[in-house]
Amino acid sequence: MSGFPDRKETEVRQALEAPYPVIPPGLAAGAAARGARIMRRRRALRRLGWALLLAAATAFTVWASLTRPWSVPPSGISPPLEGW
Amino acid sequence: MRAVDHRAGPYAEFEAFVAGAAGRLLHVAILLTGDAESARRLLAGALARTYADWRRLRGDDPYDFTRQELCAAFARTGWRHHGGTGLLARLSPLERLVLVLRVYEGVADEVAAAQLGLPVERVRVLCNRAVAAMRSREAA
Repeated sequence: MSGFPDRKETEVRQALEAPYPVIPPGLAAGAAARGARIMRRRRALRRLGWALLLAAATAFTVWASLTRPWSVPPSGISPPLEGW
Repeated sequence: MRAVDHRAGPYAEFEAFVAGAAGRLLHVAILLTGDAESARRLLAGALARTYADWRRLRGDDPYDFTRQELCAAFARTGWRHHGGTGLLARLSPLERLVLVLRVYEGVADEVAAAQLGLPVERVRVLCNRAVAAMRSREAA
């Protein structure tokens, strides 16, 4: 583990310590406004994603109910006639 | 800019958090960038993302989250901060990041490695190198 260089690290830590700088005024308000903007953008993106998903699902349902791709088309070829 | 609710709720909590933690976080940012203006910009961006995730942060430490955002943003833009005039000007951006996280913030090797996306061994090497460089600077 990182036990042994503790003395060196403590020396460096002391060199890094300093009184905290003054917080610029309006930092919290500015960050909150920007954060709210990020939230709105995320919400809009999420809505867009859901809308796209819903549109795709609807389109698929309509297409499937119209063309019924699961029903086998009637075969025009009759099976070979054997052993009569 | 739409008005943020300044009376109660998340904003009041966020404001209290900023009042308590911004000083230390700004000091971390200044150690990383070496100049006050880009440190302030870095911190403002990290705090904005913290506010955006405030509700999802329940139970997590917002200080840790903000520091992580700060370090990630610095790691993305670190090449801009080569040199400079700060205390750690002689270290590379990555060495500064490791030194500040490991030594100043006291984050464990493993956690710092995971946050920076580096192998633990590399974090140890970088940290030792940075500590040695700092001590030789002090001796000089």
